[in-house]
Amino acid sequence: MAVAALKLLAGLVALAGVLAILAALIVLAIALLRMLGITLVQWRDLLSVDRWQEVLVTIGRNRLRTFLTTVSVAWGIFVLVFLLGLGRGLDHGMRQNFARDATNGVWINASKTSVASGGYDVGRRIMFENSDYQRARKTKGVEFMSAEHFIGGQRWMSLMTKYGAKANAFELDAVYEETIRLQSHVITQGSFLSAADIAQSRKSAVIGKTVADFLFEGKPPIGEWITVGSTAFQVVGVFTDPGGAEEERRIYIPVSTAQLAFNGGEKLGQLQMTLGQAGPAEAQAIIDDIVGQLAERHNFDPTDKQAVRVHNNIAQFERFKQMFWMISTFVIVIGLGTLAAGVVGVSNIMMIAVKERTKEIGVRKALGATPYSIVFMIIQEAVFLTGVAGLLGLSAGVGVLELLGRLDNEFIVNPNIDLGMGLGAAVFLVVAGALAGYFPARAAARVNPIHALRDQ
Amino acid sequence: MLRLSKVNKYYQVGTHSLHVLRDVDFEVADGEFVAIMGASGSGKSTLLNILGILDDYDSGEYWLGDTVINKLSESKAASYRNRFIGFVFQSFNLLPFKTALENVALPLYYQGVTRRKRNQIAAQYLERVGLRDWADHLPSEMSGGQKQRVAIARALIGKPRLILADEPTGALDSETSKQIMDLLSEINATGITVLIVTHDPEVASRTQRTIRLRDGKVVNALEASASHPGIAAAVP
Repeated sequence: MAVAALKLLAGLVALAGVLAILAALIVLAIALLRMLGITLVQWRDLLSVDRWQEVLVTIGRNRLRTFLTTVSVAWGIFVLVFLLGLGRGLDHGMRQNFARDATNGVWINASKTSVASGGYDVGRRIMFENSDYQRARKTKGVEFMSAEHFIGGQRWMSLMTKYGAKANAFELDAVYEETIRLQSHVITQGSFLSAADIAQSRKSAVIGKTVADFLFEGKPPIGEWITVGSTAFQVVGVFTDPGGAEEERRIYIPVSTAQLAFNGGEKLGQLQMTLGQAGPAEAQAIIDDIVGQLAERHNFDPTDKQAVRVHNNIAQFERFKQMFWMISTFVIVIGLGTLAAGVVGVSNIMMIAVKERTKEIGVRKALGATPYSIVFMIIQEAVFLTGVAGLLGLSAGVGVLELLGRLDNEFIVNPNIDLGMGLGAAVFLVVAGALAGYFPARAAARVNPIHALRDQ
Repeated sequence: MLRLSKVNKYYQVGTHSLHVLRDVDFEVADGEFVAIMGASGSGKSTLLNILGILDDYDSGEYWLGDTVINKLSESKAASYRNRFIGFVFQSFNLLPFKTALENVALPLYYQGVTRRKRNQIAAQYLERVGLRDWADHLPSEMSGGQKQRVAIARALIGKPRLILADEPTGALDSETSKQIMDLLSEINATGITVLIVTHDPEVASRTQRTIRLRDGKVVNALEASASHPGIAAAVP
């Protein structure tokens, strides 16, 4: 009961909040529309030298107040721009980190069962075979398909590699030709392993730039023979990777050649595939399909999460995207909040300014100023003040982001705001300034000239 | 020029209303020079506000030229004030951050006259009140008499048919007051109707006619003097 009541209460509070925000937005929208109308009537004031002189004089008459207002709005815009830029920087950083592997890639590793199935006990080691690769390849939804043989049963196998007098241990990966589709490698010389390399079990090798630099010291490596373990391989390609030197310490050889040379039979340790444009739900269906086939052939329970371990980049990427979306939303809310505080500050100060200028406004009215002209005068001041302050904050924000971008941090890449966001910010500032001026301006338009002129 | 018939005005003070103007009736012809006199609280400020379209009245009619002025929109009232009426105040009410020239030019700003043109015209009007050399001075650098001259130039620049002056000499010494009254007489001589609200008999005596207010009513000269026993005794 209590829980239900609490839930109801929370719901009501949320509803009230939403309604309040909606009401505020409607009020603000009406205010904006009215101001737009007034601007259409009073646009000439924007071109008036006298009016701009007046604005400057009024702003100059109380320097401390102007300064404080400027600081609060500039700070608001600065925080907004900075946080927006930082959010984008984090987003770029995440995408760059992900770009090392295909964002639509799926990796399935054979492991040990944890659920008894088909008469077998738990803890049985599953091992994929070449036929699993052949079959998975034909599964609907699979775009590129590859697999890796774990040499000596080791996932990361390093073997001593020699060329002439140079020798060092490098990671050795025995794969099918389409593994290149799951990696962000860029082939700089020659080509990656071909289907023929695998079909004919050729002794071909594709080496990373680190390997090439170490072994060949600048000599062209293509066509040269290197010794891996005790087997000779001919270099057919060299690759680089945006991930850096660590990613380039690898040697790829045909899966079939490795199975022969290292006594691996038909065994495969990992299936690799990309799933095209599949969304998270489609991707899961395709994975379930493939795991189902594997379960049938290898007698494990398809719901056994331990038997095969799936690494699904589509789901992962989706999770990250959601996380970053939440971070950016959070950041925008905070930034807007800070800015709103600044705008309320401007509004407050304009309100006081209007009170102080009651007499002046009264005189203007007696001399024939229309209420619109008075309203526009106050709004013009508010927009000018907010605009100048905002531009200062905008410049400061862009400057700091520029400095941050030079730090060369892998998590924050290219933190900036684009032209659209800059223009958006400018429009937003004018709107914010107009809103800041609206309520004080209404107060000014209501000034009663009789009362204003009476007080001496 | 202007005519009031049975104009009534109430002010709401707390829960009860104050009857400030009671059936005020009078007429001012074109080109007249008239004083409105009355003690404080007699309703003369209220009357001035109604005449200046700064305030509404509750019943009766106020004709300005051939228009009934009643419950105008603020924009319309502003436009009438701008084109028909020039105001002169006791405390001058010049804008302190504008020069004499800019103060004089202000009503033309609200008529949409270009800056060049209005400054040209303003210079002519400053010359007319004898302050041509003071055009670039701020009000704070001028004497009371000079400020009132600037204010009068400002009241004239819109070519009004009616000048409403509220105690125009109230803040000035007698010599300067005399000069300001001379100036207002000159203006009246050009055919502009001038109405002065004052409690100073000296000022009233410079006009052609005096309308007296007491307790919100227009009274004739005899009734008015009844409130001053000394004078009443002198009347047979």
